[in-house]
Amino acid sequence: MTNVRIIPCLDVTDGRVVKGTNFVDLKDAGDPVELASKYDQEGADEIVFLDITASSDRRETVFELVRRCAEEIFIPFTIGGGIRSVDDARKILREGAEKISVNTAAVQKPELISEIAAEFGTQCVVLAIDAKQSDNPECRSGYEVYVHGGRTATGLDVVEWAQTGEEYGAGEILLTSMGRDGTKDGFDCKLTSKVSQSTKVPTIASGGVGTLEHFSQGVLEGRADALLAASVFHYGELTIREVKNYLIERGISVRPA
Amino acid sequence: MVKVAVLDYGIGNLRSAQKAFEISGAEAHLTADKDLVLTSDGVVLPGVGNFGKCAKALTDSGVRELALLAVENGLPFLGICVGMQLLYETSDESPNAKGLGLLTGKVKLLENAPRIPQMQWNQIQLEGDSPLLRGLNDEWFYFVHSYAAEQNHLQSTTIATCVYGSSVIAAVQKGLIFGTQFHPEKSGKAGQSLLQNFLKICERTV
Repeated sequence: MTNVRIIPCLDVTDGRVVKGTNFVDLKDAGDPVELASKYDQEGADEIVFLDITASSDRRETVFELVRRCAEEIFIPFTIGGGIRSVDDARKILREGAEKISVNTAAVQKPELISEIAAEFGTQCVVLAIDAKQSDNPECRSGYEVYVHGGRTATGLDVVEWAQTGEEYGAGEILLTSMGRDGTKDGFDCKLTSKVSQSTKVPTIASGGVGTLEHFSQGVLEGRADALLAASVFHYGELTIREVKNYLIERGISVRPA
Repeated sequence: MVKVAVLDYGIGNLRSAQKAFEISGAEAHLTADKDLVLTSDGVVLPGVGNFGKCAKALTDSGVRELALLAVENGLPFLGICVGMQLLYETSDESPNAKGLGLLTGKVKLLENAPRIPQMQWNQIQLEGDSPLLRGLNDEWFYFVHSYAAEQNHLQSTTIATCVYGSSVIAAVQKGLIFGTQFHPEKSGKAGQSLLQNFLKICERTV
């Protein structure tokens, strides 16, 4: 067993947090660095920033975000969204991010994973997979890979794509259940365990978490190595400390908050 | 103010190490300038990614000689992650690449690991009483690595281990040469304490 990581996820566009947040004790709830710093102090193990490059002419905003994070956040953070080349990855990693996550661009060109891994190591390449239940006979796991923010079906089987990504050099899989995302019905543990048990690299479960019990299910049933959550933390429904204390009570090893 | 040189040899994420030292109260330079490095109070060698790639970058940038010179001049020296692995002679990750050879032995793939890489926070257990780790027994640090230093029973330089499938060397010391397999610059408050310990070593106050 690994020590399970709790990872708040911030959706950011043009340098601002876009998913609703409900913090009362922040000067500016829309500032991603301020939010991330708060999560750092509360005991988050990592931070993920996603979809921050909605348009390619906003690249400088991303680099600015990374620079500010490097100054204010003392836990690892990942940047995902719009990374299409080794050059994109280089600049983000140079400025202080630990990892970059790739999704659509990796499906279009899997070599991107190996190119970035060869340059900076497998540990910094997160393969983000958006998964949805599917009757497509090509998708033997029963789940299909979607790209373009979940708008386009690829015909790829989720488990096979995760294994391919690992072969190309992904150091971690960030697995989002599209069907559960935003529902608060809990992680899709069937999906998560399928991927987790067919790859050697860590799996981050994402999508659907709403209660404390969902967090422990993600580990015990989903076999996830890390748990990603957004709204339960943003809306103050649960704190990172509550989640970690709950997991510890259930015998799941985490870094105490 | 303590002056720390973070060696710049063109690999991955170097800014976070520099920033973390600044926050810890040091004047930290990201540099490969010989005069600046040799007039510092301490030197840091970060490293991420592939051993062979980092070893080549060390040579190509001229930082290899500079690092060895700094150690020869008696400057406290801290290697972080692959920077620690580079203190050794070789690594199974890149059999033809040469490390700095400051420590005897090699680096090899993690054994009995539940996942590779180890990508998680883990608790360290201290061995002996190194000034680098004072007050940090059982603290949690962030690890990201697939390879680790091989246990050397003849000449123990191990000052901390962690458990990941089996016992893994987490930190080493030989004189004023230090290495951490984990990332203190990304390990929150515990990491800050470690960096402050290193600054005290640089100030020669321990």
